[in-house]
Amino acid sequence: MEAAKPSLTIAPRRSLAERLSLARIDGVLLGAAVGLIAFSVFTLATSSRGELAGRPMYYADRQAIYGLLGIALMVGLSRLDYTRLRDLRLTVYTAMVGSIALVFLVGTAVRGSNRWIDLPFFQLQPSELAKVLLCVSLAAYVFERVRRPFGLGHTLKLLALGLVPAGLVLLQPDLGTGIVLVAIAVTILFVAGIPWQHFAAIGALAVLIAGGTYAAGSAVGIEFLHGYQEDRLTAFLHPSEDPSDASYQVNQAIIAVGSGEEVGRGDNATQTELLFLPERHTDFIFAVIGERFGFAGAAFVVLLYSVLFWRVIRLMRQAASFYGTLIAGGVLAMLAFQVIVNMGMNLGLLPVTGITLPLISYGGSSVIGTFLALGLLQSVYAESRAEVFQSR
Amino acid sequence: MYLLDRPEDIPPRLTDRLNLRIAIIGAVVVAAIATILLRLWSLQVLDGEHYRALAKDHGILDVRVHPPRGEILDRNGKLLVANRTVMSLQLRPSDLPSDRDERRAELRRLGDLLGLSQREIRQRVRATPQYAGYPVVLKQGVDRRLLFYLLENKERFPGVSVERTYVRSYKAGSLAAHILGIVGQVSPRQLKRPAYRGVAPGDVVGQSGVEYSYDRYLRGIAGSERIQVDALGRPKGMLGNRPARAGDNLRLTLDAGLQEVGEEALRDRGLPGGFVAMNVRSGAILGMGSYPSFDPSFYTRPHTKAEYETFGNRPGDPLVDRANQGGYPTGSAFKPITATAALEEGLIGPDTIFNDTGSLDIGGLVVHNAGGAANGPIDMSTALQVSSDVYFFSLGLHAEASGKGGQIQDWAHAYGLGQKPGIDLPAAGAGLIPTPAWRNRVYRSHKNPYIDRPWNQGDNVNLAVGQGDVMVTPLQLARAYAALANGGTLVRPHVGGRIVDVDGKTVERIKPPPKRHLKISDETRSVILGGLERAAMEPGGTSYSVMGGFPFPVAGKTGTAERGEGQEDQSWYSVVAPYGDPEIVVTVTVEHGGFGVESAAPIARTILERYFHLDAGGASGAAAAQSAGAE
Repeated sequence: MEAAKPSLTIAPRRSLAERLSLARIDGVLLGAAVGLIAFSVFTLATSSRGELAGRPMYYADRQAIYGLLGIALMVGLSRLDYTRLRDLRLTVYTAMVGSIALVFLVGTAVRGSNRWIDLPFFQLQPSELAKVLLCVSLAAYVFERVRRPFGLGHTLKLLALGLVPAGLVLLQPDLGTGIVLVAIAVTILFVAGIPWQHFAAIGALAVLIAGGTYAAGSAVGIEFLHGYQEDRLTAFLHPSEDPSDASYQVNQAIIAVGSGEEVGRGDNATQTELLFLPERHTDFIFAVIGERFGFAGAAFVVLLYSVLFWRVIRLMRQAASFYGTLIAGGVLAMLAFQVIVNMGMNLGLLPVTGITLPLISYGGSSVIGTFLALGLLQSVYAESRAEVFQSR
Repeated sequence: MYLLDRPEDIPPRLTDRLNLRIAIIGAVVVAAIATILLRLWSLQVLDGEHYRALAKDHGILDVRVHPPRGEILDRNGKLLVANRTVMSLQLRPSDLPSDRDERRAELRRLGDLLGLSQREIRQRVRATPQYAGYPVVLKQGVDRRLLFYLLENKERFPGVSVERTYVRSYKAGSLAAHILGIVGQVSPRQLKRPAYRGVAPGDVVGQSGVEYSYDRYLRGIAGSERIQVDALGRPKGMLGNRPARAGDNLRLTLDAGLQEVGEEALRDRGLPGGFVAMNVRSGAILGMGSYPSFDPSFYTRPHTKAEYETFGNRPGDPLVDRANQGGYPTGSAFKPITATAALEEGLIGPDTIFNDTGSLDIGGLVVHNAGGAANGPIDMSTALQVSSDVYFFSLGLHAEASGKGGQIQDWAHAYGLGQKPGIDLPAAGAGLIPTPAWRNRVYRSHKNPYIDRPWNQGDNVNLAVGQGDVMVTPLQLARAYAALANGGTLVRPHVGGRIVDVDGKTVERIKPPPKRHLKISDETRSVILGGLERAAMEPGGTSYSVMGGFPFPVAGKTGTAERGEGQEDQSWYSVVAPYGDPEIVVTVTVEHGGFGVESAAPIARTILERYFHLDAGGASGAAAAQSAGAE
């Protein structure tokens, strides 16, 4: 085989030292991620100090710990050969679906939604990890088929693999994460190169199923969207009608961001400090940044994300294995979709769905899940560098 | 190593298709980020100022701080009206459950507890400016039971809080209730008047009595606090404040002790009536009361509309101040006015003798003395002493009356009758002095020959003895007697003594100048006062049986006014004392009290005894008299 493809050289087993070499880490990607988590800790440390009486640094301290833990996990994961995960695809997929299903049995409900599992030090939100696990496992399944022609049947089977966890998450109910999972699945299929006609068919099918079940459901009195979800989804279309309903949040967020002007209000940020803005260390943290640090701060965050996305897109082209390209595509979908939807809702451009801002929003599961995804990317990067070294 | 093991791991060629798809994904991401940056630029840089202004306004709540209302004290510093704090129930609509059914259920529960309909609650909520966390006062004066119930069931009443507010506390019970008056929320009509500048809707102001007339001193000046609140309306710190200024205290001219004695004497008689005790020179009211009275603290507690109506419409009309608002014919107590007119207008001289045969024929109608007595030939002094009706009938017959006046009418007006007494209380009665013009204007149809008929000289005859259409309030009569006693000065009666600030410093002395000075000759005065002295102090005088034993001479006149068929007469007594150098006038009227000497005179004597400290061991009244003169 080697003889048949002389352009390839045999890769010698790499030493541990070689594997730990910084040359195998995408420093720019790492820098952008560390910059984002650092900015998150800084924001949490300077704002929302009065939220928990006597514990001004509660959120900042915790976020810093999650960040350090996440960075460690990322570096650790980057040292693994991600291609091994292909063989574990069934295990990974089962674990993912199982963990989501587990919250229905032992989960803790917060504000009517069953998303969390209580651990001794931590409330784990399995759906945050599910995003990464879906990237890994679905990319593996897709990769299995990628060299053969795609039939519509194959496409639908693969799509179903993505829709099962998404459906389970929607039942918790967690609309935001469900949509993210669908976005990951569709993006991976898109990168895999399934024909355009299939996309058209999937799109048409989605519209038919959604419209049909909604109409049928309404006819027999079943509501698929919870009242508040429906409110939130439509509120951004008419943001200033009634300050007491869902559009109130959008209004408050817009006022907060706008009032930041060029360089922000710093400690005079009344809008976010005085609780006019809900969820201000999670879903609406971007509005906090906008108010405290102004256009300068908000644009800086957007810049860090842009660098992050650029490195991921670059990695998609550089990956030594097409499996790596697919994983990078999935992770890009996961991160970019969350960033765009979250910022869009903070700026009144998109409906309010409980989607957090990766690495910026407070939350252990989200931070660690995101760093795990970045760890995978670092592993893909490391392999691609190895290839380069060998090709030289 | 793995790469070799797995031929399919061979790096994919960057096919055109893959390149295109990655480029599409990249383009989507770039477009989204560009949109976000443009939106940020638009919100923060282009429209930033607008949103900065919105955010700065946000979360600032101006809270009105109500000052305690000034206290009301009697002339000796005895506390009559103070303040106490009560719990008032407030509702923050923003904290109500967001679920429509839950919200309704809570408001229903609340309405049941407070006795308010859903409509009333909604109206009050609407009447309060809406802002995050702005409280609506649903009820003032929450009783302890309700308070505890609400505290124990807090989670069932989100948005409901109970806070302290001031209400009046009546230290002397119902004493002088009509003079003190009550307070209440400022009415929309009052708010439009310049006197209520600085008063806000919902503020409490005086609505009657001195609470009303001295409101501008008592109410103080509301302060304000600019508070930073969070989205739930919870205070987060003060941005600035203008402290409230407590209202000034009001010292009345009233003597609580004398007031109590007068009210008690009237109450003991058990018939509706009123009394006035006033310094004849200054017009300072030492006591003024009306029976039946009411408990003003009723208005500090929550009541339903029906209960308010019932309270005001009880038999005997307890809310009416008979001393200041009750107009009645005075009977013979009017005679000094007729006498002044007759002497000053030269109808008769001081020594003119009439032969009182017991009856008089006026144009075919024969009128009699009360009790059918015949006093024989008498002069003015004796006519006053024995209260000869025939003597005064003749004066009425000979006095002229036309148009808006006449000799008796003009003098009655000069004495302040038929016009408001100018007292510093709202809603004083003006009474009525009948004139030809008045009667001919009011009674036009002439259907009833006895009542509904034009003016004739019989009306003048009736007026001369205080009967018929004449209406005088006890305060008016006291004021007229004071003018007679003090040499002709028509005083302005007042209950306000001085305004004292919270530090005890006198801010303002209330000394209203006299209304006018009457030109009455000393001779006329001495004849009339002499007649009244004889009426009180000499055997045969109408009030001798009551006043004869008084330690020093006084000058008093009874009045017994007919109140129509089948009704007991109205009893009057008006007395100035001491006779030689009058200090005080006391006027008492008792509805259905019979002869003046039966009901009114004993009450007047009790008040005089109190004034001159004769009730408590005969101590001299000089000190009290002097302080009364000083006011």
